[in-house]
Amino acid sequence: MFLELFFQYLVAGLTYGTIYASVGIGFNIIYNTTGIINFAQGEFVMLGGMTAVTLHAFLPLPLAILGAVLITMIIGGLIEVAFIRWLVKPSVLRMIVITIGISILIREGALAVWGEGVRSLPYFTGNEVSALSLGGVRVSPQVLWSIGVCTVIVVLLNLFFKFTMLGREMRACAANREAAALCGIPTRNMVTFSFVLSAGIGALAGCVVSPITYTQYNVGTGLAIKGFTVAILGGLGNSMAAVGAGFILGILESFSIWVLPTAYKDAISIAILLAMLFIRPSGLFGNKEAMRLKDF
Amino acid sequence: MKVLKLIAVAACILALSVAPAMAAGTIKIGAILAVTGPASFLGAPEAKTLEMMVEDINAKGGIDGKKVELVIKDSGASPEKAVSFAKQLIDEDKVFAIIGPSTSGETMKIKDIAEQGKTILLSCAAAEAIVNPVAKYVFKTPQKDSDAVIRIFQQMKKMGITKIGVLSSNTGFGGAGKAQLEKLAPEHGIQIVLSEVYNSSATDLTAEVTKIKAANVQAIVNWSIEPAQAIVIKNARQMGLTIPIFQSHGFGNIKYVQAAGAAAEGVIFPAGRLLVADTLSDKNPQKKVLESYKKEYEAKYKEDVSTFGGHAYDAMKILQQAIMATGVVDKEKVRTTIENMKGLVGTAGIFNFSPTDHNGLDANAFEMLTVKDGKFAVLEK
Repeated sequence: MFLELFFQYLVAGLTYGTIYASVGIGFNIIYNTTGIINFAQGEFVMLGGMTAVTLHAFLPLPLAILGAVLITMIIGGLIEVAFIRWLVKPSVLRMIVITIGISILIREGALAVWGEGVRSLPYFTGNEVSALSLGGVRVSPQVLWSIGVCTVIVVLLNLFFKFTMLGREMRACAANREAAALCGIPTRNMVTFSFVLSAGIGALAGCVVSPITYTQYNVGTGLAIKGFTVAILGGLGNSMAAVGAGFILGILESFSIWVLPTAYKDAISIAILLAMLFIRPSGLFGNKEAMRLKDF
Repeated sequence: MKVLKLIAVAACILALSVAPAMAAGTIKIGAILAVTGPASFLGAPEAKTLEMMVEDINAKGGIDGKKVELVIKDSGASPEKAVSFAKQLIDEDKVFAIIGPSTSGETMKIKDIAEQGKTILLSCAAAEAIVNPVAKYVFKTPQKDSDAVIRIFQQMKKMGITKIGVLSSNTGFGGAGKAQLEKLAPEHGIQIVLSEVYNSSATDLTAEVTKIKAANVQAIVNWSIEPAQAIVIKNARQMGLTIPIFQSHGFGNIKYVQAAGAAAEGVIFPAGRLLVADTLSDKNPQKKVLESYKKEYEAKYKEDVSTFGGHAYDAMKILQQAIMATGVVDKEKVRTTIENMKGLVGTAGIFNFSPTDHNGLDANAFEMLTVKDGKFAVLEK
């Protein structure tokens, strides 16, 4: 019984972890090219889920998800072009305020378009009650989907940044924007592209977790806080680290429930975030030296 | 330019002088509802219901020849906003009465404000604390949560359940339900083995449910009004828990059944009869009211009725009947009329108010319902 419980809590932790991690990854891409935290990242997740639910009314599931990801990517790109692109050397604070504004704008827009109802995509395999039994421990297939999609995103991202021209240009832009511009890299386009990419990843995450968490016009903020926590915990700018940190946070939260009243669950994650910011602001897997060279 | 300014000033004065004259023939009713935000599934149908009713009342010539003017404030389920809206409605808008708020937490925060402002408050929230202790100007239309708990415990007794696990959300509604469950359990021979509180915005509750599973209980009672109540049953069934799951009367919205899909099957919960209006026998005194509200609402908004919209319906009905019976639009006199109102058939039940009972409903207002093939049905005894 003890062992079974241990693994059941572990599974719960992994479930939380994939949700947090898939949101957390998106933060890092924009941070890498612009040096800012995009506080509208949670809204991309919400947009992805909501659009997919709407499209699913007349499209098969895979096409609906693809459509939702593409639409959200376009919205992400448009937002960058409209609000960020024309700024000349904006300060960090100004960019943060802008992204918070964008997040409120998207949320209110979603309320106007979709109303206040709770929606969700159907489970990709099975239904609401189906679960795989692994020696007494039960896992919803959707959790495996989330973990799988999360892994694929991370692997593809790494390949993209290491082996494609565009990916390398984005990294150059992240390392030193002025030097990158001098080398002929269109840095502004790189920033736009980072918004498009993170919007797409957010939307995909939103689709995959939608059957687990449900989607509503205001879920973005809650998801963004957790995503932000794991991005910080892992070390800003490192997608792989965000995934690791996501699982660590999820598992910690889950096991905290085993011994403490469940009401403390969220207090624990915030406490971890604060402790991390005090003790090791560069994150668990971050580089202290590199951190010192950044504005934020 | 000067002429233009003069005209503008004149127009303003004209507008100012006309406004009170218009107001004299109207009854201004305020409503504080959680139209958006986490409790929007309460506030949105409530606001829609009130708009529908006021339109209807005014089309038929108003109440006693006076048109009704409805002022809806969207609190987003925030108690702070509810407080400032209540002050605004009472002090600035000088409303005759306030309908709402949608949630218990908000209502408790503005109870005293209505009392001091001597303004009738007809709350659409469930917590018993709203009318117990009785406040002179505060009434509520939903059934009491203590009655919901009593009906659940009676059902458990029939099913031979004695050991239960309780989950509730950290909201006013969840807290009030948890308190009633814990208070009434001993006298019904029920033992609460485990009582856990979760965040109302929780996105997955697998770990919470694991804790319940480990406690080896015979049934789960969940008390919340958020999407979390659909998540709980999903997670429990995924984990292979087959014990009965009881929900509060907050489950009375078909959207949650749809959200939980197959996991919702067999969930037992107490609710008003609105959800099963078409299956009631013609002898049931509520049947006519329920069917007419359901038909009107569904025709106008093309969405299923929920019991929550019904609470606003009852509030407006009580107010309308009381003003008509009193004959004058006087806060003090109408309040007394409401307090002595008997046998008013509403969607939540048959209201019998008294100076000591500002809810007017008893445990009979609840019917035990279950979910069968994705629809609400009366639980077979």
